[in-house]
Amino acid sequence: MTAAALPLAAAEPVIPDFGRGSTCVRENGAFCWDWVSDHWGDTLRPALMQHLALTAIAISLGFAIAFVLALAAHRRGRLTTPVVLVTGLLYTIPSLALFQLLVPFTGLSRTTAEVALVSYTLLILFRNTLAGLAGVPEEVRDAARGMGLTQRQVLWTVELPLALPAIVAGLRIATVTVISLATVAVFVVNEGLGAPIYAGLQQTFKTELIAAGALCVALALIADGLLVLLQRVLTPWTRVARSR
Amino acid sequence: MNDFTDALQFIADNTALLWSLTLDHLALTGAAVGISLVIAIPLGVTLGHLHRGSFVAINVSNVGRALPSLALISIGVAVLGIGFVNVMVALVVLAFPLMLTNAYVAVEGVDQDAVEAARGMGMKPHEVLWKVELPLALPLIFAGIRTAVVYVIATATLAAVAGAHSLGDIIVDQATYRLPGVLGAAICVAVLALLAELLFAGLQRAVTPRALRLEERGAPTVLLGNPDPERTVST
Repeated sequence: MTAAALPLAAAEPVIPDFGRGSTCVRENGAFCWDWVSDHWGDTLRPALMQHLALTAIAISLGFAIAFVLALAAHRRGRLTTPVVLVTGLLYTIPSLALFQLLVPFTGLSRTTAEVALVSYTLLILFRNTLAGLAGVPEEVRDAARGMGLTQRQVLWTVELPLALPAIVAGLRIATVTVISLATVAVFVVNEGLGAPIYAGLQQTFKTELIAAGALCVALALIADGLLVLLQRVLTPWTRVARSR
Repeated sequence: MNDFTDALQFIADNTALLWSLTLDHLALTGAAVGISLVIAIPLGVTLGHLHRGSFVAINVSNVGRALPSLALISIGVAVLGIGFVNVMVALVVLAFPLMLTNAYVAVEGVDQDAVEAARGMGMKPHEVLWKVELPLALPLIFAGIRTAVVYVIATATLAAVAGAHSLGDIIVDQATYRLPGVLGAAICVAVLALLAELLFAGLQRAVTPRALRLEERGAPTVLLGNPDPERTVST
């Protein structure tokens, strides 16, 4: 917040000119584009950047944890049930409640938001990674072993590439979910697109709210599209197989 | 941990308030889930039966998931005003895609050999639907309903910001109820969601034909919404 506020303080006069609002803003129009362009720099862009940071950290941490758990469960099947139970429990707890339940431990901080967001990614990422690994045909594994690959080589050069579509499918769901849920984080930390949405909710002028909401949806759809592209780049063979 | 003992104390001291808010919460959830059910399930089942509209039916849930619930409820306030109806409409918008996609994928993905066999036995299309496709699709349809119910219970918590009553009333009003109250209500919502999850997991098991129950012991399936990532991309 402070980093974004400093250049603003330098550029604007010390006493803001409140009488300058456009006709649309003064008449409280349904949606004012000029408000959006006026406040892009001081409200919307910082919120968008914070939202991106919240999401990126949550997905990276969540994927790291879920990936390790899935590899462990892939090797030892007994781990699957307890991991699914615990992550399923976390996934079920409503976001607003989970954010608040973490406050006694981590306070009203970004950490609280991240812990809650990470906990929502775990079930999706774990299940999809494990399902992708389990879906590798046994013959393929046999063939790889027959070629003399070690267990580690089978995992990294055969099983994981074949599991990629399922893993990316999980990443897509998790990313879109986190982008949407991160707006609720505003109740514990005043960051991300939830902040302008919540601010907009408290006033009759609705442009701020609608603009921030639309940005959030756009962000989710773009992230989803990028992940689809990523999958296509990483798994060129699936396209060849499909065109036949 | 002291905060949590205070929270439990709050629950013990305010059972009447919490109970009435829980009922409000359930009324909101029930109305939204009921309306979504009536629209989404027949639509999804029909489209799946006809093998039509896969692009819309599958991708609608991705878009639905992308809608931030807080923004949706807030925009609803701007359009529909404050109160029960606004929040319910927002919740229907959130629940509908989950149910539609699962119902579609469930019926569309029924083993075509089974459908062929049924036709070969002389069944009419509606008999194929009722006697073959629906029983086989029921577990996945229920999985969608279950996800939607838990999601709606979670989101109904946010109803408080839009003037409808739910357990969220307490959670977003820390000024009045203090931390113990907020934590107490959060515990109640969490328990409510978990109970709903368990109830619907049980229902899902109950409607699964016995032959299919054995299968699910095997490999875990890819999580809902995108059961076949290949198809979503190619359609």
